[in-house]
Amino acid sequence: MFDYGKYLRLDKLPLIWCPGCGDGIVLKSLLRAIDRIGLKKDEITMVSGIGCSSRLPGYVDFNTLHTTHGRAIAFATGVKLAKPEMNVIVITGDGDATAIGGNHYIHAARRNINLTVILFNNNTYGMTGGQVSPTTPIGKRASTAPFGNLEPSFNISGLAQAAGASFVARSTVHSALRLEKLIERAIRKRGFSLVEVYTPCPTAYGRRNKLGSGADMIRELGENSVPVEKAAKMSPEELEGKIVTGVFVDVDRPEYTQEYAKLQQRLRKFGA
Amino acid sequence: MQSINQEAVAETRKQRIQVITGNEACAEGALAAGLRFFAGYPITPSSEIAEILSERLPEIGGVFIQMEDEIAAMGAIIGASLAGAKSMTATSGPGFSLKQENIGYAAMAEVPCVIVNVQRGGPSTGLPTLPAQGDVMQARWGTHGDHPIIVLTPNSVRETYELTIRAFNLSERFRVPVILLMDEIIGHVNEKVILPEPGEFEIVHRRMPDVPPEKFLPYEHTESDVPPMVSFGEGYRYHVTGLSHDQTGFPTNNPAEIDRLMRRLNNKIQNHSHEIIEVKEDYLADAEVGVFAFGCSSRSARQAILMARQKGIKAGLLRPLVIWPFPEQQVRAMAEHVHHIIVPELNLGQIAHEVEWASCRKVPIVKLNRVDGEPISPQQILDKIEEVSS
Repeated sequence: MFDYGKYLRLDKLPLIWCPGCGDGIVLKSLLRAIDRIGLKKDEITMVSGIGCSSRLPGYVDFNTLHTTHGRAIAFATGVKLAKPEMNVIVITGDGDATAIGGNHYIHAARRNINLTVILFNNNTYGMTGGQVSPTTPIGKRASTAPFGNLEPSFNISGLAQAAGASFVARSTVHSALRLEKLIERAIRKRGFSLVEVYTPCPTAYGRRNKLGSGADMIRELGENSVPVEKAAKMSPEELEGKIVTGVFVDVDRPEYTQEYAKLQQRLRKFGA
Repeated sequence: MQSINQEAVAETRKQRIQVITGNEACAEGALAAGLRFFAGYPITPSSEIAEILSERLPEIGGVFIQMEDEIAAMGAIIGASLAGAKSMTATSGPGFSLKQENIGYAAMAEVPCVIVNVQRGGPSTGLPTLPAQGDVMQARWGTHGDHPIIVLTPNSVRETYELTIRAFNLSERFRVPVILLMDEIIGHVNEKVILPEPGEFEIVHRRMPDVPPEKFLPYEHTESDVPPMVSFGEGYRYHVTGLSHDQTGFPTNNPAEIDRLMRRLNNKIQNHSHEIIEVKEDYLADAEVGVFAFGCSSRSARQAILMARQKGIKAGLLRPLVIWPFPEQQVRAMAEHVHHIIVPELNLGQIAHEVEWASCRKVPIVKLNRVDGEPISPQQILDKIEEVSS
């Protein structure tokens, strides 16, 4: 039995997350992945923005930094550049990363800076009561889309890929073991790695859209998941409403902190 | 904390005696203070600071990055500071407005960092290439909530070098973001300076904890009001958040804890203002007409004082080098022996209100304002001195 207590700030429990929330599954998968790699606690800094998922760092025994809404990646960039040997993991959500944080998301991917971004996608702004987010599906209700959302959904993984990320993957909390392996790969990867995780918000999103309990929503995620290899052979109509999971990008590209270190070496003067 | 080799800084500097601009002096002062991380964004009239540091920093083992926007630059310098690097950013009005949320974060999380604002005409896009002093109130209150801040106002190239070092020292000493409030004139004027050698000035570092990790409280309510600080990755693992928190750094809704934090955060500066405040007086001791001015306006004011004295008018200048916390005692003292206080500023009268309040309305405060992109001339100030003296 895995000892999660080793990595948790146990005196901070219980979690603020609702019964049925999928975030705890991601948290545990993340801890198991870190354990498999064998990273030391002092070698990890977790940086988050604002939202339910962004409360994660408060519960884990690492260097933790809970920043402003949408800006985790910017703060993380500073941490990483000031201390390149640090393993910097960003915990963010769909609204935090792609709405207000979109610009930082794009440019960190473009730089291919060695950050691991775990993006919790629950299709809503859960903490503030279920407002519409860039990933709320068309037609679904939200507190600020009472007649059903009109806006098309953001392709989070597609954006990271287009911007230049060297590792892009998507999973759901239905397949926690697969999620754990993807997170492990993402952390090990030298470059900007994104793992987008679909996780249910039964309270602010599910209830409003009559999606049932947390377990029901997780079952749905499992039923609607299609591996990327299989999706490649399906038509757009067949893929309607499906969640394509797996690894979309895994390439080797120059990584920003390494490139900057090369510059420093080249210019090195006076034993600085 | 890894520090910059000061010999390397001096060697890569061209020579001790130079004719340089305020922006160059700011960059050099920052390096002399131990700057190791700069994140910025292009904006007139501050871009030269970023350009110079983009070249100087990697030469001496530091890091420069141009971020995708002003907000990201502010976030990055906070992250870098927590990871152990002395950090700075530089901007002007529109960028300064964008940075406010994260400046508040630095104040709440008590992260040392320096923000340079080379003021230009506002509001909005305003006058990108022309001077103004319209951000002095924003520098104090730009970010929401009751927060501590320190703001410095150099009026010469040499003083910019010195006050940049002071800005770093104050930010480290008090674990507070410090704003270096310049203006386009000071930023772009060329003046001869003789730069000091390494070791000629004091460098202050954040105070490290003297307890082991298990006893460490990252936001301890210490006697000095300033908690000790240790970087991420040094064996002390702790939580940093912008939420109201207790001594452990974790969020709290407990009224007593919140009140305690709020008061300590603000007392940190207020109760130590005597250590922070710095003014310069010119012919003030026997003055009958007082002038209170900062930045570029204080250069014209000094000239006006000299011209007035030659005409037999006893005018004197009180000039803040630190404008927030405000030198209220010094203003009150001046109000005891002058019959008017003239406040020339390149705005519609911002610091004048502080002067009026600090002087306890003992004497009339005379505003002298310009918002047309041109500096206030010595003659304009002299005219006002003569007017109130007749």
